[in-house]
Amino acid sequence: MPAIQFNKVDIVFGDRRGKAPALIDQGKTRDEILAATGAVLGAAGIDLTVERGEICVLMGLSGSGKSTVLRAVNGLNEVARGSVLVSHDGAAVDVTHCDDATLREIRMRTVSMVFQQFGLLPWRSVRENVGFGLEIRGMPAAERRRIVDEKLAMVGLSQWADKHAQELSGGMQQRVGLARAFATDAEILLMDEPFSALDPLIRDKMQDELLDLQRRIQKTILFVSHDLDEAMKIGSKIAIMEAGCIVQCGTAEDILLRPATPYVAEFVKHTNPLNVLRGHSVMTPACSVRRSDGTVLLDRDGLVRMRVDAGDRPVGVEVNGREGSLGRVNGNAGAFDTPCDIIVAPVELKLATTIALKRKTDHPIIFVDADGKLAGLCGDDEIYGSLLRRSA
Amino acid sequence: MYSWLTEHKIPLGSWIKSFVDFLNQHAQWLFDWISLVLGTLIEGLTDLLLAVPPLLLIAIFAGIAYGLHRSFRLAAFTAIAFLLVINLGYWQPTIETLALVIWATLVCVVVGVPIGIAAAHRPWLYAGIRPALDLMQTIPTFVYLIPTLVLFGLGTVPGLISTVIFAIPAPIRLTHLGITSVPAQLREAGQAFGATKRQLLYKVELPHAMPTIMAGITQCIMLSLSMVVIAALVGADGLGKPVVRALNSVNIGMGFEAGAAIVLLAIVLDRVCKRPERRKGAR
Ligand SMILES: Nc1ncnc2c1ncn2[C@@H]1O[C@H](COP(=O)(O)OP(=O)(O)OP(=O)(O)O)[C@@H](O)[C@H]1O
Ligand SMILES: [Mg+2]
Repeated sequence: MPAIQFNKVDIVFGDRRGKAPALIDQGKTRDEILAATGAVLGAAGIDLTVERGEICVLMGLSGSGKSTVLRAVNGLNEVARGSVLVSHDGAAVDVTHCDDATLREIRMRTVSMVFQQFGLLPWRSVRENVGFGLEIRGMPAAERRRIVDEKLAMVGLSQWADKHAQELSGGMQQRVGLARAFATDAEILLMDEPFSALDPLIRDKMQDELLDLQRRIQKTILFVSHDLDEAMKIGSKIAIMEAGCIVQCGTAEDILLRPATPYVAEFVKHTNPLNVLRGHSVMTPACSVRRSDGTVLLDRDGLVRMRVDAGDRPVGVEVNGREGSLGRVNGNAGAFDTPCDIIVAPVELKLATTIALKRKTDHPIIFVDADGKLAGLCGDDEIYGSLLRRSA
Repeated sequence: MYSWLTEHKIPLGSWIKSFVDFLNQHAQWLFDWISLVLGTLIEGLTDLLLAVPPLLLIAIFAGIAYGLHRSFRLAAFTAIAFLLVINLGYWQPTIETLALVIWATLVCVVVGVPIGIAAAHRPWLYAGIRPALDLMQTIPTFVYLIPTLVLFGLGTVPGLISTVIFAIPAPIRLTHLGITSVPAQLREAGQAFGATKRQLLYKVELPHAMPTIMAGITQCIMLSLSMVVIAALVGADGLGKPVVRALNSVNIGMGFEAGAAIVLLAIVLDRVCKRPERRKGAR
């Protein structure tokens, strides 16, 4: 069961929204519907599934309906048609049609939210702000305090607990907002441009912190952003919105390599591919490498030969007839065993790290999959090619 | 046209009169009862305050002023102002006026703040009561002094009622303003965490509106105080009486002395009720 599932969701604003669904079915655009009925089409035909533990980013220009879709998950926006299923207590609950008590229960325990302008209560201290959700739930003060202090420690604000929210910098205030959302231990987090109000350096730091937190606590996050770089950095899935519709939904690489519409292509043009592209979209795949007598030829003259075992796993290398050694890279940090003659790296290695490795050494880079099986090769040609293909 | 208009006069005056007469005949018991309760409350408070030795009471007032604002200057000012009142010879009427103002303000807050909250949540209600509020603040006080006099008889109670009618729009309006100006995002933050309507009111709306509501209450106190002379016309005790007497006997000296006592009371009440300087960092 996915954590969140949108089924053909339409959202319409305005007093005279009754006729809008019929117009949507006729394929009318947002502007036409506005002209005909005076109702604003917030979102139309949204189909989106967010799995447990996934970070899904809604991306689009201002007014494209990102917040509208996000706010349907906890019922802040009324849905005109379709259903929004949220996994709550082991069942999929349709928040568009559940009763008030269930909706309240979902808001208290299953879904919590981080706001763009922080949404902190200025008359409360940091601690009281973080405990707000628990207080609403009616949790006794002592227990609340224990949880709040734990969350404050998690976001590194323990010393600031008794200060007023206004006394903190923007980045700190947003950490209070994060702690408040985490405090209810909700399975699903909604984040409406949580970092847009912060300056770029702090934003970058907060993104790293969020990814770091996510590795530890594994929540389901629906994240809104108007910045494709941010979306590609943190999103395991990205849904791109235009005028109330999702025009493309996929992984960062999907979107970067195969933009579905000119609108998406326009966004993609302005992003930095180095942190998005990974080994498998750059390399020459294993099936098309040159082989001879059970070895893989790594250079043109056949002087560098890599031996593989029966499972196609690299086991050794021979350079000019001399026995060489393999340098293995773990993760994206880019550290490897020196000295060596070729580098063996996981196939998910980011292009940025690959280039950094290439700069430090002149060795061929071999990509292997999770089982250690040869996936492909990456030399200078592959790197330049991947960069050129994008700008072409 | 002109003569037609004058010949077919709308009998507004007689309508109002029959309405008041009707109330007087059929709901007399109700007004008598209200009169009794309010009269007892005001007299009770006045007697209580007068039973305390004046110097001790002044010390208590100064203590309250210090307790609220942590300011020796304000405490000293309070004490000096009241000592001056004693010196002028207006201690008793000042206490009577104070009791009247306290009760008028209490009634205004107890009735006005809930009305303001209800109106903030229901735009149609606010649209409905707005003309009434405008009317209460613009209609000359003497006009409703007469029916209150008929319904409640002579004395402090009609004074209190007139004062409440005059002063209550302030807390209603400012409560409405405070609640409606809660940023949508804060309200949504409450909703997003599952707050009920009641929790939203007590944990988000009221705390946010509190400074505005307090301003409404301070305004209400000042408006009540400005009604003392008019209240005296229907027989309310207090500092209004010597002013009215001075007016009737063209006694410049007495008029100014009583006026000075009113001003002193006003300044003290204003300073003491003003919101304390907000704690550091709070908005
Ligand atoms: N409460 C509302 N009443 C009427 N129209 C609304 C309301 N909320 C949103 N809209 C309209 O819906 C459309 C989408 O708005 P939405 O807030 O979802 O955009 P967004 O993608 O989040 O943009 P931004 O990046 O500026 O936040 C806009 O045209 C907006 O005018
Ligand atoms: Mg938005």
